[in-house]
Amino acid sequence: MPPEPPATAPLTLPTGVPLAAETTGSPFRDAVVDARGAGLAMLPIGLAFGVLVTQSGLDWWWATVFASVVYAGSLEFLLVGLVAVAAPLSQIAVTALLVNSRHVFYALSFPLHEVRGTPARVYSTFALTDEAYAITAGAAPRRLGTARIIWIQVILHVLWVAGATAGALAGAALPVQLPGVGFALTALFTVLSIEAFRARHDIPTPVLAIVCGAVAMLLTPDNMLLVGTSLFAAATIARLLLRRRRGGSSS
Amino acid sequence: MTDPWYLVSAVAISAAITWTLRAAPFLVVGQLRRAALVRELSEQLPLGIMIILVMYSVGGLGISSLSEGAVTAASLCVTVALQLWRRNAALSILAGTAVQVTLLSSLG
Repeated sequence: MPPEPPATAPLTLPTGVPLAAETTGSPFRDAVVDARGAGLAMLPIGLAFGVLVTQSGLDWWWATVFASVVYAGSLEFLLVGLVAVAAPLSQIAVTALLVNSRHVFYALSFPLHEVRGTPARVYSTFALTDEAYAITAGAAPRRLGTARIIWIQVILHVLWVAGATAGALAGAALPVQLPGVGFALTALFTVLSIEAFRARHDIPTPVLAIVCGAVAMLLTPDNMLLVGTSLFAAATIARLLLRRRRGGSSS
Repeated sequence: MTDPWYLVSAVAISAAITWTLRAAPFLVVGQLRRAALVRELSEQLPLGIMIILVMYSVGGLGISSLSEGAVTAASLCVTVALQLWRRNAALSILAGTAVQVTLLSSLG
């Protein structure tokens, strides 16, 4: 049996997941093995997202639309909260920019150069989620090929949409309101933080982030996300430049 | 009922920005890979942004009263403890959310 990636590993952001060493000869079957752990971990989050959509007063099929078209889990959760209070579109745009800015760095190690054909490349960048990145980025120097990469992304996409739709239908059928379903998003960010910390054991970064977040919360509670992440990015750049000046060209 | 055109615009804007952020960097990936500062940033930013997102999303949970705050703190402890112990993301998220929903429902 090929070793199976642990179910949680795809959520670790900066590192890749070791892929199955053996191939079955079928890109689809290889992709099922690659995507199984991450796909199953995404299901409960998708379900919670779906429940949140219908309990916020939206029709159930908006869960399907959000999940398939936006296809960025954490942004979808935030989007439900924003449209529920009729937030201005500019605020939605800024939130999308901030929450998904981390994807900018995925181009550094996602094997897009292995994906051939314009439609495949368009889909591959569209479906470049945390999970798709984490599964594929660790594969180098082995080659996965167009079919296996696209199948991994399609399987993850289908599981996410299915979970969200099932959750929305269940949420609509529930006779009572379930308060606190939105906690699934907090739990997701918490898990991602823990795994990102495990990957690097870097103490100053979380301390700096907590300070920046707290300062932003006190100064401008309404723009906490924008101000907090901007402060943190500026502080991190300053820190890196300072360290480089002090430590020479070691990094 | 929410205006459907508003919702369609919200989805379109979110999708367009997300796809641009995912696709555009591949156009300059050669330069990006060479820039040491960008590489270091890519290692340090995700953790900090995730932590700020935790703080932001906790703020949106309705921690207005002391009891709601205590419930959220308890659910967070469950999620953190499970993740440290079992390292199973689905389990940590499901259990933490179940605690939050159960306790909040019992508060009425």
